[in-house]
Amino acid sequence: MAFGDQYAKWRVDTEKVPGACGLSGVMSRDGKRFGGDVIIESMRVLHDRGNGLGGGFAGYGIYPDYRDHYAMHIMFEDAAGRALCEELLEASLEIDVGEELPTRAHPGIIDAPDLRRYFVKPRREVVAAEAIEPDDFMVKLVMKINKTVPGTFVFSSGRNMGVFKAVGFAEDVGEFFKLPEYDGYIWTGHGRFPTNTPGWWGGAHPFNILDWTVVHNGEISSYGINKRYLEMFGYECTLLTDTEVMAYLFDLLVRKHKLPLELACRVIAAPFWKDIDYEGKTERHDLDEALRITYASALVNGPFAVVIGFSRGMVGLNDRIKLRPLVAAYKDDLLYVSSEESAIRQVCPRPDRVWAPNAGQPVIGELRGDV
Amino acid sequence: MAKAATRNKSELTTVTIDATGIYYKQLNEQIRDLIAEGCTEIVLDGVNGQRYIGDGLSVDGVTIVINGVPGNDLGVFMDGPEVIVNDNAQDGVGNTMNAGKIVVKGHAGDVIGYGMRGGKIFVLDNIGYRVGIHMKSFKEQVPVIVAGGCAGDFFGEYMAGGLLVLLGLNAGETPMVGSYVGTGMHGGAIFLRGEVTEHQLGKEVRVFPLDDEDTCMLESLLEEFAADTGADISGVSTGQFVKLQPFSHRPYGNMYCY
Amino acid sequence: MMPGNMVTSEFQVMVDQEKCRKCKRCVLNCGFGTLEFKDRVIPDSSKCVACHRCVVFCPEEAITVTRNPLAFSEHASWAVDRRKDVWKQAESSGMLLTGMGNDLPWLNVFDHLLIDACQVTNPSIDPLREPMELRTFLGRKPDRVEVEPGDGGYRLNTTVGNNIKLDVPMMFSGMSYGSVSLNVHKALALAAEKLGTVMNTGEGGLHEELYPLADHIIVQCASGRFGVHSEYLNKGVAVEIKVGQGAKPGIGGHLPGEKIGREVSSTRMIPIGTDALSPAPHHDIYSIEDLRQLIYAIKEATGYKPVSVKIATVHNVAAIASGIARAGADIIYLDGFRGGTGASPAVIRDHVGIPLEIALAVVDQQLRSEGIRNWVSIIAAGGIRSSADVAKAIALGADAVGIGTAALIAMGCRLCQKCYTGNCSWGIATQKPELTGRLDPDWGAERLVNLINAWALELKEVLGALGVNAIESLRGNRERLRSLGLDEMTTEILDVKPAGR
Repeated sequence: MAFGDQYAKWRVDTEKVPGACGLSGVMSRDGKRFGGDVIIESMRVLHDRGNGLGGGFAGYGIYPDYRDHYAMHIMFEDAAGRALCEELLEASLEIDVGEELPTRAHPGIIDAPDLRRYFVKPRREVVAAEAIEPDDFMVKLVMKINKTVPGTFVFSSGRNMGVFKAVGFAEDVGEFFKLPEYDGYIWTGHGRFPTNTPGWWGGAHPFNILDWTVVHNGEISSYGINKRYLEMFGYECTLLTDTEVMAYLFDLLVRKHKLPLELACRVIAAPFWKDIDYEGKTERHDLDEALRITYASALVNGPFAVVIGFSRGMVGLNDRIKLRPLVAAYKDDLLYVSSEESAIRQVCPRPDRVWAPNAGQPVIGELRGDV
Repeated sequence: MAKAATRNKSELTTVTIDATGIYYKQLNEQIRDLIAEGCTEIVLDGVNGQRYIGDGLSVDGVTIVINGVPGNDLGVFMDGPEVIVNDNAQDGVGNTMNAGKIVVKGHAGDVIGYGMRGGKIFVLDNIGYRVGIHMKSFKEQVPVIVAGGCAGDFFGEYMAGGLLVLLGLNAGETPMVGSYVGTGMHGGAIFLRGEVTEHQLGKEVRVFPLDDEDTCMLESLLEEFAADTGADISGVSTGQFVKLQPFSHRPYGNMYCY
Repeated sequence: MMPGNMVTSEFQVMVDQEKCRKCKRCVLNCGFGTLEFKDRVIPDSSKCVACHRCVVFCPEEAITVTRNPLAFSEHASWAVDRRKDVWKQAESSGMLLTGMGNDLPWLNVFDHLLIDACQVTNPSIDPLREPMELRTFLGRKPDRVEVEPGDGGYRLNTTVGNNIKLDVPMMFSGMSYGSVSLNVHKALALAAEKLGTVMNTGEGGLHEELYPLADHIIVQCASGRFGVHSEYLNKGVAVEIKVGQGAKPGIGGHLPGEKIGREVSSTRMIPIGTDALSPAPHHDIYSIEDLRQLIYAIKEATGYKPVSVKIATVHNVAAIASGIARAGADIIYLDGFRGGTGASPAVIRDHVGIPLEIALAVVDQQLRSEGIRNWVSIIAAGGIRSSADVAKAIALGADAVGIGTAALIAMGCRLCQKCYTGNCSWGIATQKPELTGRLDPDWGAERLVNLINAWALELKEVLGALGVNAIESLRGNRERLRSLGLDEMTTEILDVKPAGR
């Protein structure tokens, strides 16, 4: 069955596809770029956490020659969708490059849709006419394409970064997209274990909005209200997995509300009232109480471990009672996070430090300079 | 994906396997075959992430030495062997273990000893969340978990029997154990080397002083722990410990109406 | 000769004279004069309202109350009660009066909603051993939080504004002192304090004896402005403008003069023995901008305490709620058509208004689609019978629920629906001193605390089954509900999926 048909069928029948999975992330805090083979090797160790029905990666710093362009990775089920989509792109964007996304044939990856990438910039006059920031413009455009153009899905659209994902085991997906041939300073990877019928490439992780990517292990029990809260701010949750709310929440809290990353994490994996009360009459208490009161509908409940990537760094976070594993490690300027220590040790046999962060305690790696 | 194993057969009862890149299924098959042939010590080199090592092995007098990081569920359903890990371990160590011993000379992950019914688990450094959930004991069959470092939340959750001992040797300023210690506990005992605040305790437990039997048991246990893991317990004395136990066998007796 | 009273007794009271030991406890306890003692206990069944006071207090279990077995010819359209209504009205030319909430078999939407549970793909959480948070804040929430750098971290740079903190998402609905006794008010206030929640004065003002518990009391400002003075407004944690009530949308209240004794008179500031009539509208609210004016008048008088607006759920409740939010209210109290009352014309109580569940769903959605859901907290009330209803109401979007009828039942009410007579044998809906003395406030408070604690435990079990450990993850999370046996349109309006999807 073509993936678009299954996609349409699920849109009616199910709201979301729960997944259980494995994830990994590697970052050079000095901004030194390295090949995608590292993340593939790390993900290979986590093979048994997935069931081959979804795998994907995000790489940052991979398009240094087009660093100021938005790099759109788009999958098309058919030519009609592609034509319609390209019309939309041409109407409002300067398209400097439009080409096939390079892939290599791989026995583990079949039924591939048409995969293309475009390096674009919003037309100045269009952005001026709409009186919004280019970032917001791109968000709107991507949501419009994903919602209205049939069989078409923009799976990443950030600058100097890209998402690569498919139906298949993560390590196979990585080979398929020739990731060892790219160099990036942040790589994240994910292998999926969806429990519904497979087939839709867009359902694999990472999820992307602007330069945010999310890989997620777990299921969000508060999804219904997180989604409705985000919809109040114009985000459309069009996909079939709960992970997209995580990406939109970071975009809302950090980019739009300008909360520092660590406080955005404190909203999402909120501390318990008993611990907030224990803080006594302190500034910390007032802040924590205000965050919980204001952002109650942004609290993400249910087991999760996520690795968030963005152009200036990487965040690993688990839920407030740590129902999913997450391990972190440092080696010189390299930061690693993963579902299992062995996935880190595979690519970093002798780390300087390995530890498991506490529930709700983010591991944050930020670029030390410019890239 | 699997590489051919190299077996060192110079000694009949000790065999070394190079486990690098071998899938867990093949590796565990090899281990079971060797044990069936009478091997009493198996050394695994280059382990990284292989799951279920020691799974369901019901035999005495066998030792498995692991060089590298074993994958999840190390020693799950294990019933007799001794497993020594010369590195860190991951989640699920000793899951529903019945008898035997697992020694980890590093840290270990979450959900250690879930439903453990006997045997011992010694971890040199830190342990994760939900350690010792629903450990149970019956007469002489008493499971024991000792860790030299710190533990996360839900330590001893729902414990029905057995012993948990936490040394906090590397704790420093940070608390050696998290919140909800012993929540739902209705049997067994937890020994913490240091103070714990009421804020951290589950509703069902209270702090009790150690009696002579406790002190005696703890002394010999700590000696065994230090010998097996190499931990430095020179600064440890039984007088530093507090004991946590449930104060009711039926903490939920009043919850229902008919 | 024409018959006078055509209405035969509804109930039949039988005393087993062999068991009866003539202690006369039943005679003393009945508030309706049903039982008298000559040489034995003799019941006058025509007066019985089936309040069961005599049955419960008889030490020998010698009394039974049954339906009068008089057979009526069956008629699917003309239920016996409808025939009786006509007889009563032909006799009296009056409006049929009744008490408590809608008793007709209208569809109960809660009873057609099912709750999800986690399995395999997501773990349920153990509420007894792992944390489970019910804490709720009522009031306006900021759109976002701003911070600035502070000692070793960040400092809050946003004012949150007055919110009421509840330890459980359940509070006691307003029931006026006058419709219920002072002891009931005391019991509600004592229980609210113990539970970490609030009660509501209802429209009869706040008796001085309750002032020490004012931190757990919301004071109501209704159309009759009974007992409303500036000290009163400043006492409570919030002020509620009662625009409407689920049991009688669009009309005012009626407290018969029989229930206006000395204490009620002084609290309500009206003469003893007069009828306390609440006008239908507030006469200073004829349009939405007037409401805004009153809201800010109250805020100015109280140093900006939270202001709640209580409305009955009627057809255009979503638009009304949006208006109320934009008028400056901090809390909207939705009283569904099953809400109770001490006295209401039956035609209004039973036929006017819409179900709470539907109103709640459309109000919550309307506010969200306008991007202003955080401007108000929503309290849902009117026929909340169990923790299941509480969970479902919260999933539909309520911040908290109001408990009225259930609170009275906890204290002994049997739902005989005769509150308006003032003869309540249980000492609840009466002002007669010989009756009110029967309800000990401490005993009443204990019963209320037990009930709410039991529901809180059950609510935690439900949250645990849902795999969430904080009530805010259920709030508005319609994805965790499924409908069963509801028509498609209603299911769509509720924005809930049918079971199976």
